[in-house]
Amino acid sequence: MDTFVQQLINGLTIGAIYALIALGYTMVYGILRLINFAHGDIYMVGAFVGYFLSFQLGFAAGPSLVGLSVVLVGSMIAAALVGMAIERFAYRPIRKYARMTTLITAIGVSLLIENLFVAKLGAAPRAFPQLLREQSYTLFGNAAISKSQILIFAVSVLLTLLLQWVIFKTKVGTAMRAVSFNLNSAKLMGINTDFIISFTFALGSALAAAAGVLTAQYNPQIDPLMGIITGLKAFVAAVLGGIGNIPGAVLGGLLIGIAETFVVGYGQNVGVPTTFRDAVAFAILILVLLFRPTGLLGSTVQEKV
Amino acid sequence: MPTLVKRLAAALIIVLLLIAMNQYMSEAGLFGFGVPPYYARLIVLAGINVILAVSLNLITGFTGQFSIGHAGFMAVGAYSSAYLTVYYAQTWEHSLAGMLGATLAHILIFLLAILVGSIVAALAGLIVGIPSLRLRGDYLAIVTLGFAEIIRIVILNIDKVGGATGFTVPGYTNFLWVGAFVVITIVIVYNIVHSDVGRALVSIREDELAAEAMGINTTRYKVLAFVISSALAGMAGVLFGHYTSFLSTNDFQFIRSFEIIIMIVLGGMGSLTGAVLGAIIITFLPELLRTLGPRLESLLSSIIGANNIPASVHTFLIQLANYRLVIFAALLILIMLTRPQGILGTREFSLSWLKRARRRPEGDKPVGESGVSIAEQGPPSAIDHTKEVENR
Repeated sequence: MDTFVQQLINGLTIGAIYALIALGYTMVYGILRLINFAHGDIYMVGAFVGYFLSFQLGFAAGPSLVGLSVVLVGSMIAAALVGMAIERFAYRPIRKYARMTTLITAIGVSLLIENLFVAKLGAAPRAFPQLLREQSYTLFGNAAISKSQILIFAVSVLLTLLLQWVIFKTKVGTAMRAVSFNLNSAKLMGINTDFIISFTFALGSALAAAAGVLTAQYNPQIDPLMGIITGLKAFVAAVLGGIGNIPGAVLGGLLIGIAETFVVGYGQNVGVPTTFRDAVAFAILILVLLFRPTGLLGSTVQEKV
Repeated sequence: MPTLVKRLAAALIIVLLLIAMNQYMSEAGLFGFGVPPYYARLIVLAGINVILAVSLNLITGFTGQFSIGHAGFMAVGAYSSAYLTVYYAQTWEHSLAGMLGATLAHILIFLLAILVGSIVAALAGLIVGIPSLRLRGDYLAIVTLGFAEIIRIVILNIDKVGGATGFTVPGYTNFLWVGAFVVITIVIVYNIVHSDVGRALVSIREDELAAEAMGINTTRYKVLAFVISSALAGMAGVLFGHYTSFLSTNDFQFIRSFEIIIMIVLGGMGSLTGAVLGAIIITFLPELLRTLGPRLESLLSSIIGANNIPASVHTFLIQLANYRLVIFAALLILIMLTRPQGILGTREFSLSWLKRARRRPEGDKPVGESGVSIAEQGPPSAIDHTKEVENR
């Protein structure tokens, strides 16, 4: 029982990270029908901006809550700018072209960011400075929860609630929903769709950067290729929940995080090697899509002639 | 001249050409001329990439089903055939050699390995295809990607084929094998595309609902295209594994599937020659970029003299090799921005272009829903002609 609770906590931690990244995938897809493959790399960029910020501003010297908040917010802002730049220069010119073209462009942007970072910084992992005094609290007997895990839960819940508020309670959020409903009609209603799309990229990128800094606190090793697999799994989480659906992305992220941890924790009891950790996300996705072709919470779209 | 004679003559010429090229690219060389091993290797890999791109084009370019799991089928072909050649081939070859002679026995065994690799990959394609082809667009894409990753991780856990340490495989493949199967693949795909099956596939791409309404069994054709495509990918996998002599699951990560997609989009989706072109470009471009810096420097020094090159320019050119993949990615984005339909679009490269270009200027052509010109699908097949005659 204790190990079960422990696995659940660890799974939810990873799941919360996936959920934060998945939100960006799902928002961009909801508005542009574009799989933004560069999104996983934004997560990496966020972690690296956090790394350099903590050294430049002198927060790497010792743990402090102020330092953590400044680094977190700083990297979110930087990533938002990067996301907006990618949208402006790579995606906007090809928005009206075939889906395949936009997809290849997204892959190109992803390769560009990864290779640029590898060429500039080298592929070797770097140790992220500790900004939080690590401490464990005991829960339910033997299960433990660390401070960085609490931080991940708190920040991701806060950001998700904030996102809900932006989307459902603000004017710009209403415009975002209108654009995702129908881009051309929204344009006819006088919505500045270019600004809304740009804003969506900024929001999604900021969330990914937050995920990057938070992961770096939990597992303090960052490298330029860390976004590939994590990004892919987050995308799977978004599809699993029903792509374009915000609660779906969170649900999908948490599910995949828990499933992965359980495969590592309990898989060997039923003959599943721990290396299947990376396959379980896809296996769940395939099973779910076979029965619900638009994901867990996605709405079915009737095709009309 | 009757068609059959023409075709036989063409086949003969191709075979002779391949044998000559094979000799040219081997270490011995042809009449004293040879290709350095580095380029010979690149050419063989380009050939394997051509097979992969042409086969993916059948499912993605012509049928419009978005698959990013091609590396998975390639892996299935590579590993299943390698299992055969590593554990059984030597004893079989030995016993066959007594009856048929060593060369023929070797050829037969490798043919068998290629056949087994293709069939197992086709089976994998069938297993993946039947459930996933219910899905559309991006959902299909992510499921094919998922299957490919699952295949890779399953292989990673089979100790009999090396698992995580890799699998050493006999190096049977040479240029002749690859060249022959490139030709065979192109002939197969060309014939499919220019048959009634091909028409059905293109109609599914243009509008699946309309195709179904016209009485085309879309599921059957989609699965068919998927299975053929994966069989050819498996074949490429066999050739690849027996060329590099070493299989590692890292060679079949999803980035490999992306690479194949990039080839066909770059060349022009729905164009056979485009896929060939794209595969060749994607194989050679990163390697060309590797030597870009030194080449530019020697060019510069021949213009202004070696001593006049500023130190900063010199260091920049030296470092350019590190940035080759960055330049590659930037070029890819640039091509997509300036020519989104790929280099050839859906057109096929042919010599008659030169003639036509003289006769008439570029006119308006009917355009299908996906922005793809229907009129540019090449000449209608013979079958369509007879149907038209019957209808009259």
